[in-house]
Amino acid sequence: MIEFLSALDQILSITHLTYLIAGVLVGLVVGIIPGLGGIAGMSLLLPFLYGMEPSVGLGMLMGLVAVIPTGDTFTSVLMGIPGSSSSQATVMDGFPLAKKGQAARALSAAFLSSMIGGVVGAVVLSVFILVARPVVLAFSSAELFMLTLLGLSVVAALSGGNVYKGLAACGFGLLVGAIGGAPATGEFRFTLDIDYLYDGIPLVVVGLGIFALPEIISLLVKNSAIASSPNKLGHGLKQGFKDVFQNLPLVGKSSIFGSLIGAIPGLGGSVVDWMTYSFAINSSKDSSQFGKGDIRGVIAPESANNACASGSMIPTILFGVPGSGAAAVFLGGMLLLGIQPGVSMISTHLDLTYTIIWSLALANILGAIFCICFTRPISLLTYIKFSILTPIILTLILFAAYQATRSLGDFILLGVVATLGIMMKGANWPRPAFLIGFVLSSGAENYFFQSIQFYGYDWFLRPGVITIAALIIVGFVLPPILKRRKQKMKPEQLAQDKEQNSMTKTVSWTDWGIIAVMGGSATYALINIWDASTLTKAFPIIAITIVLFSIVMIVSKYIREKHTKVSSDLAMNLVYIVGFFFIAYGYYLFGFISTTFVFSLLFLRFLAKASYVKSTTIAIGLVIFLVTMGRVMNVDFPEGLFDPYLLSAIKTVI
Amino acid sequence: MKKLSKLLGVSILSFGCLLSAIPAQAQETELPSTINWAIPFGVGGGTDVWARFVAPHLTKNLPGNPTVVIKNQPGGGSITGTNLFFQRAKSNGEDILGTSASTLYPFMLGDKRVRYNFDKWIPLMASPTGGVVYVQPNLGVTSADDITKLDGVTLPFGSQSPTGLELPVFLAFEMLELDIKPVFGMKSRGAGRLAFERGEAKIDFQTSSAYLSSVVDLVDNQKAVPLFSLGILNNQGKIVRDPAFADLPTFEEVYVKKFGKEPSGMEYTAYKKFLAAGFAFQKVIFIPADTPNDIINAYQSAVRTMLKDPTFIKDSEVQVGPYENIVGIDAAQYLSEAIAVSPELYAWISSWLKSKFDYTL
Repeated sequence: MIEFLSALDQILSITHLTYLIAGVLVGLVVGIIPGLGGIAGMSLLLPFLYGMEPSVGLGMLMGLVAVIPTGDTFTSVLMGIPGSSSSQATVMDGFPLAKKGQAARALSAAFLSSMIGGVVGAVVLSVFILVARPVVLAFSSAELFMLTLLGLSVVAALSGGNVYKGLAACGFGLLVGAIGGAPATGEFRFTLDIDYLYDGIPLVVVGLGIFALPEIISLLVKNSAIASSPNKLGHGLKQGFKDVFQNLPLVGKSSIFGSLIGAIPGLGGSVVDWMTYSFAINSSKDSSQFGKGDIRGVIAPESANNACASGSMIPTILFGVPGSGAAAVFLGGMLLLGIQPGVSMISTHLDLTYTIIWSLALANILGAIFCICFTRPISLLTYIKFSILTPIILTLILFAAYQATRSLGDFILLGVVATLGIMMKGANWPRPAFLIGFVLSSGAENYFFQSIQFYGYDWFLRPGVITIAALIIVGFVLPPILKRRKQKMKPEQLAQDKEQNSMTKTVSWTDWGIIAVMGGSATYALINIWDASTLTKAFPIIAITIVLFSIVMIVSKYIREKHTKVSSDLAMNLVYIVGFFFIAYGYYLFGFISTTFVFSLLFLRFLAKASYVKSTTIAIGLVIFLVTMGRVMNVDFPEGLFDPYLLSAIKTVI
Repeated sequence: MKKLSKLLGVSILSFGCLLSAIPAQAQETELPSTINWAIPFGVGGGTDVWARFVAPHLTKNLPGNPTVVIKNQPGGGSITGTNLFFQRAKSNGEDILGTSASTLYPFMLGDKRVRYNFDKWIPLMASPTGGVVYVQPNLGVTSADDITKLDGVTLPFGSQSPTGLELPVFLAFEMLELDIKPVFGMKSRGAGRLAFERGEAKIDFQTSSAYLSSVVDLVDNQKAVPLFSLGILNNQGKIVRDPAFADLPTFEEVYVKKFGKEPSGMEYTAYKKFLAAGFAFQKVIFIPADTPNDIINAYQSAVRTMLKDPTFIKDSEVQVGPYENIVGIDAAQYLSEAIAVSPELYAWISSWLKSKFDYTL
């Protein structure tokens, strides 16, 4: 207790606060810029760490880690681009809200729930850290495997009434996630001898391709502002706060769940938002608005991801095993400060641990306050004609994708995934199902084999495993029962559901296209993997089976039941995708910064019909942004043919 | 042909070092104001932390105190970034590279993604590390003296991959005739240790700094029993007890105790080879060999003064362990020996990986 209070006293000193705020500001910036996350922010701060007072350095790092899940909400809501991997679920309802002209509401609700989530996470951490060791150790590979299954089971809730489409998408995600080294043997799968694929496919690119780019393109096709309806009074900041207070139970549950998932190394932050999102769907009386702009779809993941960032400190501090990417870098920072993680952190260095916790709480509060200050001006962006924003957003997306592995492969993959994303969006296939399958693929496979190798086949008798299995079953059984009860109470709801059912009974050429892509890839994968060793091919074959089985079910449904043929008008979208490939290649070939300038200028002037002054200003602004990023953050861009000249010209000027 | 090119590489390396050993004139060499240190690993990993710890000391000791910027390029277990460095590095002293065992092993094992070789570079400094093998206390073993108690006991071991840093450790286990059941897919050695702490793994191995920071506590609380250390290479290339764990026997001592003879044969050759490459050269700083001599000289003398600096010595004990860094001509010679894999050794190791782990090189 004494340590607890003296740590508070310590972080309220001027030095500490200054560094903490510095960390918070850096964290917000890297959170806001898509593609940069904790790792980029840490690289920025690490050079200052060596030789710093440990508690001050820790405060600064914590300031950064804590607010990344706060700042990343901006682009998720305003542009449909996940600001970092922990706010992908926020896009689902945050972006539709922005389209309704309620960006400010979505953002303020998100920031307030982020703050509450972060503080709850810090509280859980301070209580839990003293007893956490045995709890963390209780989660063996078997329980971790069951947790990934629990994560996968949320696909059902996100499938929007068409379970087989969800299953197929999820199975396909599992299969795509299996590209690269097999965890059980180290052999490589589906690499097609392309170097890029050996490491597996980066999550950042998949997230951008499956969500962001399809949204951007469909907005371009429409060419209106993001917000299609004008903002009504009372739908701004205050409304967002009200929404949070009305949903406090949801905030509390999501926060506690988030910090616990964060505390268990192995699942990671990119799933927790989806799990709480589906949890919000399942626990709400009327879930018809999810995906169309339900504020609860923003509140749940945003509470969870900040709490998760706090929770992921537990395994990092106690075991030196990071629970997330940002935590991994934090661990490096600890080592640079000369602090060794481990049991000593709750015995001899308890004061440092409490410094970390207080810094977390304080940083979350500060970060949310900063963000709320900027909410109103920034949310006005959604009223600008979209074609003006296009070059800015496209540059951001390409920038973010290139940070994944810094190769041309990132751009190509982005285009390929985006093509799939556009088709899935056009034909109403659940994109989150694909993403969740992808995210959990390696974990599921890894923990499955590990638990079999460690425990043989009686691992499913472990109490922890049985508990989680029960949870999964409850998750499947409970929502339909609740629904039925609800329908007894409201007959008009029944009519609505019927209407929805007839809505889902449509089929278009795009559906057949997706079926062809998934079926074809799965068949090819099956032939490709057939000769590999058992441990290498077992998991992909499970994924392939899921895909093929679901596809057979979907097709047979098409044959048995009458489906209305609808035309899906994707031709224009696909033209844009082809255009995207060319532009992306241009960015790579001619140099990122020069192409940004030329493309933005031409696009704004001739396609968006902006004035010369406006076009030039935006283009120059983008160049300044990129050059600054390159200088300050040590970020690399494809140099191409012209960038070296351009950069040396800029150097002589500045 | 392969042999010839290796030989050529060795001679170039040694020659380059000879040249650079010629005392430079007493003039200040002009170094670039910013030095890019390419680290083919992610931020916050072991090699990255090592580089960030060394970087300010390099700045301090290089003429003109240039800024050292760490450039991380993760991917392919360091292959991606090293390939890029091989293609693009400038030879004006602006670019240096930091590597780890996982950069040397794929090269030695002929990984087809490797497009670099070490002939074009000169090692400026190599930081060695050691490692310790330890077991669960409930196996009835109190030290390496009763290692025979492990005979016939299946020992699950959490490992990253058969061709990573654990490769020599697997060979050691094999020679000691332990019944190891490798469980692959651990994301790091830390994850392997966690499996040990959970009681899933019965045997584990950590490099020195990780052992000192995370396992010593377990040993003190009777939750782990150290068996042996991998030892270190002394100046004559012999394996001796590790100064960090002076009370622990080396693998060789344990082997002699168990079987009454020295370890030998192909297996032991492979063990020594990969131990030297992975542990004696755990972290290396390279500079392109065609960098002007006076610049290489400046670097080498900077590294030498850095290694004599008491603050560096004190800090590096905390960061990497009490090991002597290898510099200059020794480094080049030992390194080229360490990474040269003879065709028959290559054939042996690839068939061993196939039969033992069903792993195809």
